[in-house]
Amino acid sequence: MTIDIFKERGISLEKQEFDWRDLVRVPYSKLDDDAFTRVRVILMNGIESEALRFSHACARVNKPLQLQLARVRRVEQHQQTLVNWLNPPDQNVLETTIGFEQVAIEVTASVAMHEPDPYLKQVYHFGMLEDFDHLYRYAALMDRLEGKDANALTQCYTDIRAGRPTLVEHRAPEDDLREPYDRAKAAPISKLNALTIMAGEHQTHDYYMTVGPTFADPVARQLYAEIASIEEQHVTQYESIIDPYETWLEKWLLHEAAEVYNYFGCYSQESNPRIRDIWERFVQYELGHLHYVMDLFKTVEKRDPEEVLPATLPTPVKYASHRTYVRKILNQEVDLRANGTQIVPLKDDSPASIAYRDRMNATGSPSQTVAAGYTWAPGGELAMRNGKAKEVQP
Amino acid sequence: MNKDEETMAINRTGIQGVPSRTKDLLESLSDAEPSSAGDADLMAAERNTYVGAGLAVGHPPPAPAKEANDPAADVRNVLAVGVLVDKLGERLAFERSGVRLYDALIAKLDASGKLEGGPSRDELVDIRDDEQRHFKMVQKAIETLGGDPTVVTPSADLAAVKAMGLPQVLTDPRTTLAQGLEAILVAELVDNDGWTLLITLTEKLGYKVAAKQFREALQSEEEHLAKVRGWVERLTMNPAALLS
Repeated sequence: MTIDIFKERGISLEKQEFDWRDLVRVPYSKLDDDAFTRVRVILMNGIESEALRFSHACARVNKPLQLQLARVRRVEQHQQTLVNWLNPPDQNVLETTIGFEQVAIEVTASVAMHEPDPYLKQVYHFGMLEDFDHLYRYAALMDRLEGKDANALTQCYTDIRAGRPTLVEHRAPEDDLREPYDRAKAAPISKLNALTIMAGEHQTHDYYMTVGPTFADPVARQLYAEIASIEEQHVTQYESIIDPYETWLEKWLLHEAAEVYNYFGCYSQESNPRIRDIWERFVQYELGHLHYVMDLFKTVEKRDPEEVLPATLPTPVKYASHRTYVRKILNQEVDLRANGTQIVPLKDDSPASIAYRDRMNATGSPSQTVAAGYTWAPGGELAMRNGKAKEVQP
Repeated sequence: MNKDEETMAINRTGIQGVPSRTKDLLESLSDAEPSSAGDADLMAAERNTYVGAGLAVGHPPPAPAKEANDPAADVRNVLAVGVLVDKLGERLAFERSGVRLYDALIAKLDASGKLEGGPSRDELVDIRDDEQRHFKMVQKAIETLGGDPTVVTPSADLAAVKAMGLPQVLTDPRTTLAQGLEAILVAELVDNDGWTLLITLTEKLGYKVAAKQFREALQSEEEHLAKVRGWVERLTMNPAALLS
């Protein structure tokens, strides 16, 4: 099932309307809905968050586009609200965090599997193994701070164990930049992949920066500070794989195409009918945005959108467990490091990054502290202990 | 702000300490009117427009298969077993989280040292270990009933929402041992009533062995409550403890 984005015009911009009750729906159920409903809600909030971020950046340097950007952005603002407000209030900050990391693992794995460019594929593997480790660290925090089992959220789709240890993920800025794809040669799926993952990671960074200080526990605050720093590195990595010489309008066009692509993927796989209706509506809204921007592209740049966009959208992100694939990558690539724009064997690790991480870890590592001796077990680590919770330590 | 205000540790939340600003503030109300008619009931009415959607926080797991598949089983009994599973899930989650709360309290005691009238480390460790034993007991009870102890039941979920502030108080390095004990007191009060309700339910359904075990758990929870109450009271009467 796919969609012809040149034929399908969706709902035109002027007919895209909301009211406050429309924006604020009854949320999905943390207990009853499939984990991938949460994954989709979190990812699409990230996609819309990126839509706004991009639109503002573009408006600041493109006076002639400001009104058109503002018109589309108003709708994107409300789409993001409707989507993000689907998160339920009984899902606390740490539980939502577990959802963010499951997004980062499963969506990045799907993207990596579908990525035709071997260099970009490796970049996705590299980031994914780091987010894989974050899930383990946050699961340990949740277990040890709140006495909760992270698997109640990830629902056995995603392994909870160490990946590339977070303490070695800290790198010098020069080792976080990667080579961009070539806008003239890259496959459309490569462009959509890059935008999707960049959006997801940027939102994750912003979320951790917002919620980190809401914890009382200094170790929790430290862990969020540490992982937020890695997410900032990931944003640096993923934005650098996008060709910086695409024009502003070309980038806008690609953003809208990525939104159609992702909403369509959500719509085609959603198990909750109430939420599937929302995805369907927003596929139509985004097609409207896409055609609005296609018209601008033609009139302003005098270019044919078909130069940039594929006639039919590529295979959507697959919302399913990628356990086998992730385990294989973990097994083969966990020891890789970055040196400049290249992913390299451990022995070629960058001296600049080694020095940087030694400095950052000089007074200890929150991610190591929180997961010291931690192995996930069904029901949490206490479920595996008999009798006393632990030996008395004077 | 003068230098004294900058350096003194004073509470700035009230109005009486800043009479001049208070006067200015109150002056602003001289011609203030609400922007629309009505009162706080409007919020409740708006909230209730969502209730009609009929969507729940979540559902309990199905009643254990043995009961549900038995055609002779009393339907009301099956429903009651479903409630029991929900409430067992709540107790399990509460006891497991309780272990973590006591872990945090023990760490606080380690930082402050023992205070006159307060608990000893060994006393807190004993209670923490009781919570662990109760957690394991409920885990076993759910398994014996044919249920899945890893399920987060609706009651377990909501109990965690209700208790969300407790780890926040206990893991905050700025709170005192006495303040931490007051948070634990909230947990113990709820826990005592939770066990009492569970025993009533279990007895009604005829699970005699489980009811006996749960009564033993309640007895130890009652002892915890009495101890925590005593510590809270004594530390509240001990002004030195307020700062430690």
